[in-house]
Amino acid sequence: MRSIQELEAIRESTLENMTLRKEHNGTRIVVGMATCGIAAGARGVLTAFMEELAERKLIHVALTQMGCIGMCHLEPIVEVHQPGHETVTYVKVTPDMARRIVREHIEGGSPIEEYTLSHYRAK
Amino acid sequence: MREIALHMADIAENSLAAGAARIKLSVMIDRAADRLITAVEDNGRGMDADTLYRCTDPFMTTRTARRVGLGIALFKLSAEQSGGSFTIRSEQGRGTRAEAAYIISGIDRAPLGSIADTMAALIAANPETDFTLEYAADGKAFAFATDTTPYNDRTPAFAAAAKKEIQQRIDEINGGAEPI
Repeated sequence: MRSIQELEAIRESTLENMTLRKEHNGTRIVVGMATCGIAAGARGVLTAFMEELAERKLIHVALTQMGCIGMCHLEPIVEVHQPGHETVTYVKVTPDMARRIVREHIEGGSPIEEYTLSHYRAK
Repeated sequence: MREIALHMADIAENSLAAGAARIKLSVMIDRAADRLITAVEDNGRGMDADTLYRCTDPFMTTRTARRVGLGIALFKLSAEQSGGSFTIRSEQGRGTRAEAAYIISGIDRAPLGSIADTMAALIAANPETDFTLEYAADGKAFAFATDTTPYNDRTPAFAAAAKKEIQQRIDEINGGAEPI
């Protein structure tokens, strides 16, 4: 049995690690994983991000998920959050698009305009 | 949903929304009995009796972005379409277990699909949550769990490695048998 003090120490060190992880460099890729997203192919998009981030060793980038944001017809939807930049929302994302987003936006620093929600709306 | 594994990913999202720290997916294939049983179990906050009663109704949802919630209704339908059945149990403060049992030869049964992809996607996007897979086919079985991996090591690379390992073990268990 562990004492309360030991458990408290574990809790504190875990919390510290969690903060470390969350801070990263602040870049977050968020994939819509509600029923609508999954039905439209979000699982393959998420695993494509996972594989591309792993291959390129982009360990400072956090990959997370979100629920439905009310635009089910545009799923799979992906948001890229970077400190100091406006959030970029990509719509109707495929696994190939996901890999390109990692290369050009996350690594290269230039969002891919033609995949974005604003581009879709302007059409 | 084109795969049963996608339904399972979707149901696991409900577990995450219920604040589960631990989510278990299980798959049991029994070709001789023509049965496939899949389940998603969590230690989330659970549902009260009224919510549990209504949760298979497509017009019941906890979401705020729109007014329909199809996840559980679709999982139930997928089992029933094959001639199988669906059960869901829940206890407030303890968790929830949803089980879909399929008749493998049912002509309207969706393929099982990629359990490895479903596990990998969940693991990749939710490093704070522990995931377990229990997989059994015709008397052989294995389990995979993220529990022993420290939070800081739960990177996309870890999830990618988990996907490979799970797929490899599924292939081993199924041998040359035709995927269901």
